[in-house]
Amino acid sequence: MWSLIRRDWQLAARRRVEALLPLVFFIVAASLFPLGVGPEPQMLRTMAPGALWVCALLASLLSLTGLYGPDFADGSLEQFLLCGQSVPGLALAKAFAHWTIFGLPLVITAPLLGVMFDVKGPELATLTLGLLLGTPVLSLLGGVGAALTLGLRSGGMLIVLLVLPLAIPVLIFGAGAVTAVSAGISPDGHLSLLGALLLMTLLGAPWATGAALRIALD
Amino acid sequence: MAGLTWTTFSAPSRFEPLAGKLIPWLWALTAVFALAGLWVGFAIAPTDFQQGQSYRIIFIHVPAAWMSMVLYVAMAFWASIGWAFRVKLASMVARAIAPTGALFTFLALWTGALWGKPTWGTWWVWDARLTSELILLFLYLGFIALVEAIDDPVRGDHAGALLALVGVVNVPIIYFSVKWWNTLHQGSSISMTAAPKMASTMLTSMLLMTIAFWAYAFAVVFARTRAVILERERDAQWVQALARSAR
Amino acid sequence: MVTGTSTDAHTPSAATPALHTHNLGCQRGGRLLFSRLNLAVQPGQAWWVRGPNGRGKTSLLRLLAGLSRPAEGHIDRGLPLVFMGHQHALKDDMSALEALQFLTRLHSEPSEDDALLQAMTRLGVAHRRKAMVRTLSQGQRRRVALSRLALPAAPRTWILDEPFDALDDEGVATLNTLIQQHCAGGGAAVFTSHQEVHMPGMHTLWLEAAGA
Repeated sequence: MWSLIRRDWQLAARRRVEALLPLVFFIVAASLFPLGVGPEPQMLRTMAPGALWVCALLASLLSLTGLYGPDFADGSLEQFLLCGQSVPGLALAKAFAHWTIFGLPLVITAPLLGVMFDVKGPELATLTLGLLLGTPVLSLLGGVGAALTLGLRSGGMLIVLLVLPLAIPVLIFGAGAVTAVSAGISPDGHLSLLGALLLMTLLGAPWATGAALRIALD
Repeated sequence: MAGLTWTTFSAPSRFEPLAGKLIPWLWALTAVFALAGLWVGFAIAPTDFQQGQSYRIIFIHVPAAWMSMVLYVAMAFWASIGWAFRVKLASMVARAIAPTGALFTFLALWTGALWGKPTWGTWWVWDARLTSELILLFLYLGFIALVEAIDDPVRGDHAGALLALVGVVNVPIIYFSVKWWNTLHQGSSISMTAAPKMASTMLTSMLLMTIAFWAYAFAVVFARTRAVILERERDAQWVQALARSAR
Repeated sequence: MVTGTSTDAHTPSAATPALHTHNLGCQRGGRLLFSRLNLAVQPGQAWWVRGPNGRGKTSLLRLLAGLSRPAEGHIDRGLPLVFMGHQHALKDDMSALEALQFLTRLHSEPSEDDALLQAMTRLGVAHRRKAMVRTLSQGQRRRVALSRLALPAAPRTWILDEPFDALDDEGVATLNTLIQQHCAGGGAAVFTSHQEVHMPGMHTLWLEAAGA
């Protein structure tokens, strides 16, 4: 499993521009909101959690076609399924690699974007913590979507359509945590729910991804 | 009736003519119950104390919402049977259910809007249940999009089954999170659950409409399944014979 | 219906076949490609699977490897498998050696540098081991992928889809020898090929049209 993660890191390092594209999308898309609704700080502060979470969601989903697509195209995926190692374990490794390459940069950049929205300190911390818990869930759910749509023409858009409804709870709890802090309430409830979602997804998604990969390669 | 077992009609070749015979009866049932339900709902049930005449739309809205949820579970169930036991007919039935389920979801949303306008002055309300219906519509559309995008029918069947299963598991989670979101942001001033107290005639009307919708769903799903069968099995001998005799 | 013939006397059967199919049936895209296929591959045998295009040769190989589930019947496997499909499973952005090393580690095969170097030398591609796979020709990529087969290993069943593709005469001869030596050592091989294959003691399986 570790050699797979290291391989994915190595491949991403050799294609740095492509690995950074979703991050750039995140920054550009988030910047569109103030341009669209005006620069009034109070409104931006209210909008920020939702807007930033939605942009993080979309940026995560856009990076998913590269999760299994290239391995499917060059026959590597078949070798993964035949090598005798556990397929859910493999799906977990791929999701982890995906998260470190595409999810973590979002977590690190989000507070900087939050400053652009005039978000205050405690809210920034909650936003970052929420994204830290939520982005792995997106990588895991995205793995299921990517595996189901392997090799399909409309792959990219289809993944988004399939995974977005499933990602709505993450959005609600993540953005809700920040809003709670603004309202003076503790975000612990939201964050623990996010943690619970992460646990459930860790248990279920690799199995579902493995099943979907077998279906796609049947 | 000798030799009739659970699996007698699991062969597409035997299901197709059976469905064909049942469909006209199902349509008849639909018409009868729909007329009865609408008559009780619109002519007999009393005017609501608070909402006047406009509340009557719930006689369509609530049964439609029930159907949308039940059909999703049915679709996931049949697709899973098709996947686990490799019964093609089950997968075909699941595919046939999806558009009807989506239709009921859309109907529930639309009638929800029609109720909202006279009652609260807006066409759309981010109530927990309506929002969950909207997300359910996305789940249906996702299923349809996925199975249609896959060329190989067997891969499409199995991928759809997995997606529907993932959906069924997630629906409670989504509903819970939407309720949470709703209570945070709006308080409970606006809610579909503030329905008028159910007089027995109102309940009767909703039950009659539910039965009508069930009969309609069966009729349409059977018809669509027949079409799917004939298309998927077009190389089989019994279909060729059917086509020849129809000429 | 499928028929199998051999070009030479049968090698003595061992107790357990390397690969044994029972009434195997295959469906693709709603069409039945073949059914009631009974094939017994004994250790020491090389089988050439032949037939017109679209008759299910690749599908059969994938079934034998365990990538697909059969529509009917089942398969018993007596030996561990190596499967090589049309594509090479070599990542463009890795060097030949790195890509091969990843694959061998994945399959728990010998992956130290000298073992791999020796295998790549056997296949005549050691001089390109530091080159990016992206820069290799089709024939060179094929040779790198086939290097896995030249590593020391216990007897296995090789399932190879078009392994001779893109190889020049020298490459074809090398692979031919590799397969023969592998079978002589107790392994087995099942492969497809558009080109003519000449191997003493080789068996042939013809996939005809089902019901045609």
